[in-house]
Amino acid sequence: MSALLEVQGLEAFYGRTKALHGVSFSMLKGGITTILGANGAGKTTTLRAISRMVKTTGAIRFEGEPLERKATEDVVQLGIAHAPEGRGTFVHLTVEENLRLGAWGRRERGNLQDDFERVFGYFPVLRERRRQAAGTLSGGEQQMLSVARALMLRPRLLLLDEPSLGLAPLVVREIFRILRTINQTGVSVLLVEQNAALALDLADHVFLLETGRVVMEGPSDVLRRDDAIRRAYLGY
Amino acid sequence: MDILIQQVVSGLATGGIYASLALALVMIYQATDVVNFAQGELAMFATYICWSLINGGMPYWAAFLSTLAIAFVGGIVIERVVIRPVENAPILSIVMVTLGLLVICNSVAGWIWTYVQKPFPSPFPANPFRAGNIVLGAHDLGQIEVTLLVLLCIYLFFRFTPLGLAMRAAAHNPVSSRLVGIRVGWMLALGWGLAAVFGAVAGMMVAPVLTLEPNLMGGVQIYAFAAATLGGFTSPGGAVLGGFIVGVVENLVGTYVSFIGTELKFTVALAMIIVVLLVKPTGLFGSTVVKRV
Amino acid sequence: MSASRLPRIVGLLALLLVGCALPFVLSNFRLFQFSQVYIYAIAILGLNMLTGYNGQFSLGHGAFYAVGAYVSAIMMDRWNIPYGWTIPVAGVLCLIVGFLFGLPALRLEGLYLALATFSLALAVPQILKYFEHWTGGSQGIVLSKPNAPFGLRLNPDQWLYFVTLGVLVLLFWLGANLLKGRIGRAIVAIRDNHIAAEAMGINTALYKSLVFGVSAAYTGVAGALSASVIAYVAPDSFNVFLSVTLLIGSVIGGLASISGAVFGALFIQFVPNWAQDISKAAPWAIFGVFLIGFMYLMPFGIAGGIRLLWIRATRSRVQQEGRNAVPTQAHTTT
Repeated sequence: MSALLEVQGLEAFYGRTKALHGVSFSMLKGGITTILGANGAGKTTTLRAISRMVKTTGAIRFEGEPLERKATEDVVQLGIAHAPEGRGTFVHLTVEENLRLGAWGRRERGNLQDDFERVFGYFPVLRERRRQAAGTLSGGEQQMLSVARALMLRPRLLLLDEPSLGLAPLVVREIFRILRTINQTGVSVLLVEQNAALALDLADHVFLLETGRVVMEGPSDVLRRDDAIRRAYLGY
Repeated sequence: MDILIQQVVSGLATGGIYASLALALVMIYQATDVVNFAQGELAMFATYICWSLINGGMPYWAAFLSTLAIAFVGGIVIERVVIRPVENAPILSIVMVTLGLLVICNSVAGWIWTYVQKPFPSPFPANPFRAGNIVLGAHDLGQIEVTLLVLLCIYLFFRFTPLGLAMRAAAHNPVSSRLVGIRVGWMLALGWGLAAVFGAVAGMMVAPVLTLEPNLMGGVQIYAFAAATLGGFTSPGGAVLGGFIVGVVENLVGTYVSFIGTELKFTVALAMIIVVLLVKPTGLFGSTVVKRV
Repeated sequence: MSASRLPRIVGLLALLLVGCALPFVLSNFRLFQFSQVYIYAIAILGLNMLTGYNGQFSLGHGAFYAVGAYVSAIMMDRWNIPYGWTIPVAGVLCLIVGFLFGLPALRLEGLYLALATFSLALAVPQILKYFEHWTGGSQGIVLSKPNAPFGLRLNPDQWLYFVTLGVLVLLFWLGANLLKGRIGRAIVAIRDNHIAAEAMGINTALYKSLVFGVSAAYTGVAGALSASVIAYVAPDSFNVFLSVTLLIGSVIGGLASISGAVFGALFIQFVPNWAQDISKAAPWAIFGVFLIGFMYLMPFGIAGGIRLLWIRATRSRVQQEGRNAVPTQAHTTT
């Protein structure tokens, strides 16, 4: 299996403040990788760096192609879909319009009907709310919409930022179950989460970030058993 | 009663012009939080271009459509070349740039075409339209038709085309738009292009009535502000409706309230702005933007 | 602390000395221009307080300028009150008017306040012409320039230059104390996040209205001074163009800055003249180019540009210090 995403010596800046201090990791194709860490560790910044939403130095390669000089819109066209923190839904537009926009970055447009059917298959509630303004959906439904919109791109890599934030546990469990299904269709997932238990359960591989540096990494079942992690992030 | 209908129609005609210009202002404001003070002057400049084309022998409607195309491209170019360098600057700095554009347009127009008033042709017949005792100017009716046609086309464009959807998304949430691959900068440029088209329509419709000179759109722009304030700066539909309302009110007040002659009609627009701001600042159809702190 | 302030104070004093020497070197016309610069600077500082420091957009400060000018003119013309007394009276009157205007303005944010003040500015000439019994209507009021007191051997232009310079120094000193202390911080806090400011116990309504009042007072004093310096007031000089010009001066100079007010005043006084020298045919086009050019080069105004240069010059020192710092250990969050 080849490396899907390779990051080397990544530093990211907000203005003059450095948020990532030389992060390096790689992701294999077809896997689910999760980035864990406390608030302010730089997890969201890492995703933003891949999406070219922040200034960076260091190397980022997607399927061998360097991303450093690309704009966000170009990265999307390469097949990387980013469901941002806070959902980022277009609240004044309908659910259907949100989904349609998800397909904007696709190189081959084609018929959207199949894609609609597929995401409605994953998230039936969206089909019901198809013509409603996205802002009227509940938090959980908006999160589903966010993931669904990302899937409309037919991405090879899905960047998912804190899907559990502000959602009821049952809803979160449902979303994570669907993520596993999506991954099995061949979409690689890079997941940022604060809810370590759920993330460790879903992912194959884990990175732990602390103030902008990778301090630990490994397969999830190994890290799950690690005492330090358990105490620090799982609370027992 | 007949006079009332005539004045209402006449008011709707001028209202259409205010609606076009107000729509241009609101489109750009919604996408960027910037009020483009140069909108009226750009419209005036486009009208002069049309005048030059007609003077050069082009038939009216060919010149009209060519001007719309030129205005569209001009708007895009101005956004990409003049506004883009300051797009991340504080809002007032961008407003300053639009003020700079305003004076440049006005001054250059005066330099190229002089300040002498020029007659501008109307494509509509000179004979008025009669229905019973009611006499309606053909230009007024034609103006209303053209305005409504342009507005309809724009509505269809935004509502039903993918590009229109992308533009709406880019105005509404630029960050998420980038994340789905929309080139927000170019959407903005297209917005400026369309706004320039609306402005050009307004200019070419009002020029036959007011005669063409560099200060053509000065007063119109104030009424457009009143229209956008009344309708709501956050609502394109509201701005259009506001334009028609302002036009009708202005005409009716001028006709029926005796001490307000043409001089003070202007004050009516200002009074409308103040009243709306005191009662409901966001206008009839605007909504307050709720921000999380 | 005093080590870094000393060069600043010395610099300001040096400027002041140069300023005082000018009347003996320049022509009357140039002195008139510089007096006008000082007047604009006072007006612009008023606007800066409101729009720059407190975040309330005003496109109508010309109205307060007009009130100050006409109050002064009417007092001098009708009641023969010496110009010196008219200036503080104009200031106090504008303080009250500004405060009263600030109260309904509390309900308006950003664009809407700008629209309201813009409409006010548009209405000013008409209002002035309407009350012609007081204002002399379109003809305006002709005044005479005061002579220097105590038999000083200065012509009126030279004397007025010193008067405007003196008022400038006084008001700028007062303004600096106001804006750099607790009150200034409260004002800026309201601008940056008024909900947080309110939560911290700042009475935002009171502060915002007071800032409006003080801002109006400064601009009113400037207007009163202009009545004497120009020796004429007429409604059409106080049209919307004046308000826009003051705002241009404010943004060009640097919105949240005291020195910016002077830079802005220099810009609005002299650049139109230069534009005319460059092109007789389309001078305002040249002005527009200057305006746009300045915004490209210095989007935060001249004062902002200077500040950025200063930061860039001292940045290497800060970066060195940063590299030697020890990174703190991350703590687990609860």
